[in-house]
Amino acid sequence: MHAAVRSRRPLIPARWAPYVFISPFFILFGAFGLFPLLFSIGLSFHQWDPVAGVAGMHWVGADNFVYALTRDDWLRKALFNTLWIALVSGIPQHLVALPLAWFLHKGFGRWRNAVTGAYFLPFITSTVAISLVFSSLFSKDFGLVNAAFSSLRQVPVLGWLMPGQSIDWAQPGYTKWMISAVVFWRYVGWNTVLYLSAIQTIPQDLLEAAQIDGASSRQRFVHIVLPLLKPMVFFAVTLSIIGNLQLFEEPFILTGGTGGIDQAGKTAAMHMYAVAFMDGDFGTASAIAWLLFVLIAGTTWINKRLLGTRA
Amino acid sequence: MTSLSAMPTAALPGAAPRRAAPARHRPRAPESRAALLIGRAAVLAGACVMLVPFWFMFVFATHTNSEILAMPPPMWFGHALGDNLRDLLERLPTFWWNLGWSLYVAILTTALNLFFCALAGHAFALLEFAGKERFYAAIMLTMLLPGFIFMVPTALTMSWLGWTNEHRALIVPGACGALGIFLMRQYIESAIPRDLVEAARLDGCSEFMIWWRVVLPLLGPALGTLALITFIGSWNNFVGPLVVLRDMDRYTLPLALRSLQGSGQTPWGALCAGAAIAVLPLLAMFAFASRRLIAGLTAGAVKH
Repeated sequence: MHAAVRSRRPLIPARWAPYVFISPFFILFGAFGLFPLLFSIGLSFHQWDPVAGVAGMHWVGADNFVYALTRDDWLRKALFNTLWIALVSGIPQHLVALPLAWFLHKGFGRWRNAVTGAYFLPFITSTVAISLVFSSLFSKDFGLVNAAFSSLRQVPVLGWLMPGQSIDWAQPGYTKWMISAVVFWRYVGWNTVLYLSAIQTIPQDLLEAAQIDGASSRQRFVHIVLPLLKPMVFFAVTLSIIGNLQLFEEPFILTGGTGGIDQAGKTAAMHMYAVAFMDGDFGTASAIAWLLFVLIAGTTWINKRLLGTRA
Repeated sequence: MTSLSAMPTAALPGAAPRRAAPARHRPRAPESRAALLIGRAAVLAGACVMLVPFWFMFVFATHTNSEILAMPPPMWFGHALGDNLRDLLERLPTFWWNLGWSLYVAILTTALNLFFCALAGHAFALLEFAGKERFYAAIMLTMLLPGFIFMVPTALTMSWLGWTNEHRALIVPGACGALGIFLMRQYIESAIPRDLVEAARLDGCSEFMIWWRVVLPLLGPALGTLALITFIGSWNNFVGPLVVLRDMDRYTLPLALRSLQGSGQTPWGALCAGAAIAVLPLLAMFAFASRRLIAGLTAGAVKH
């Protein structure tokens, strides 16, 4: 039969098939991943006037890097902001997520998925949409956060901790707190889910044996769960470092794209964006990108030395 | 509460001393009910706090600006949803286009990912070829590249290609993701019977036909998970459109919503109505498939 003959003579020889099957990734990555990366490395050593095309490129050696490191005061400020937000939003994420995952694992039975889902939901929702809603919740005169603070002021002990008057979150002293709160809100559920999935791989008889021997929930968590979770802590913290140091969307929306008053909420990635697309200085922007890349790689490496067990 | 601090230190696990007598007395660890209840209540209260922004997004979408600006702000639904939607369409005349472009980009990106990732996953899971694990490791490594590094050069590359303002600048580069290849390889290795594939091969079926006729029809659950992840990622994408799309009528939804911000008095009601429209599809998907979605997204980490 005609069909049978055709099926015996495939379009591509069988031994080529695997390479053809995996080729789409490599073709696309080559064109839209590798090429831009190499281009960006080259660009970081050039001064470029894009209007003049390729002819507008001038080799300037390491000038862009020298400029960014020594004379770009805004970059220094943006790096400080980035690290500040990364720590203030990042550390509580893990301190909350670890015990939270344990609580979710122990209790809640068939409600576990629903409760976990509530924590996870912010992670998959549109950053832009929700950051816009947050900017209303953080308004000075009508925002819900200030309203909550002022009603908590009536509560005895807790009230002493509350600010005396409405906070203007747009003021430089508060912008980073606001951004950190949103980042915490967005990613705490993601970390919880990571830890929960790791806890679920711990052999149950190990925990049951400890329980029969009289170990309390807290003791089981501290002495059994935490040590066994170390590889996952390393992995989750690595993801947090990579994510937090390139923070862009949340601060961009919450500060209206400007970085806020005195650029108090401008992160390094936002600065890179501004240098490229507002100032049109693509060379310096590329240099900044690679400096930030080195910072991320370095921090990840330090984290690996501190927490990592193996590759 | 009290029994927590009164716990005998000798009962620390790890060393786990054999203490048969107390174990018989108290088959379960002496966890006080109060501590358990407080812990549970705190977790539930936290879950409610996480949902607060969603609640107010929907509530504000139904109130006029002056109601929202009142102190305290409204906590329950109002009657201004229609007015807010009208206001939204007035300020953003291209809104339906923006919504359409978001759908267009997300659906095409998802379809291409399903096709290409399932194909690559098939090769990595079922075929032997020189350099297989090296190719695979290279693909997995690209997942660690931070996205911001591509922002500037991608914008320039697209402008060279003449793809500025074109939606294919968003669709084509994202058409075959590394996470998708990972998920597909995992699933095919665990779920496809080798005998079936061998039988098809002996019958003289070409490799592509084996994939198309035998493997692909069995990939339903994995394709569903990957479709959800890819669609959500594309739907929420902000940075890509930000550096590539120029004109209002080409914007995807996140860019369009952002343009409401800034100019004078922010129209909070209209903005929340728009945000709600952008978030609703995600909530619907999450309601039906949260477990599958979470499992797919954390799959890489669990393997670790």
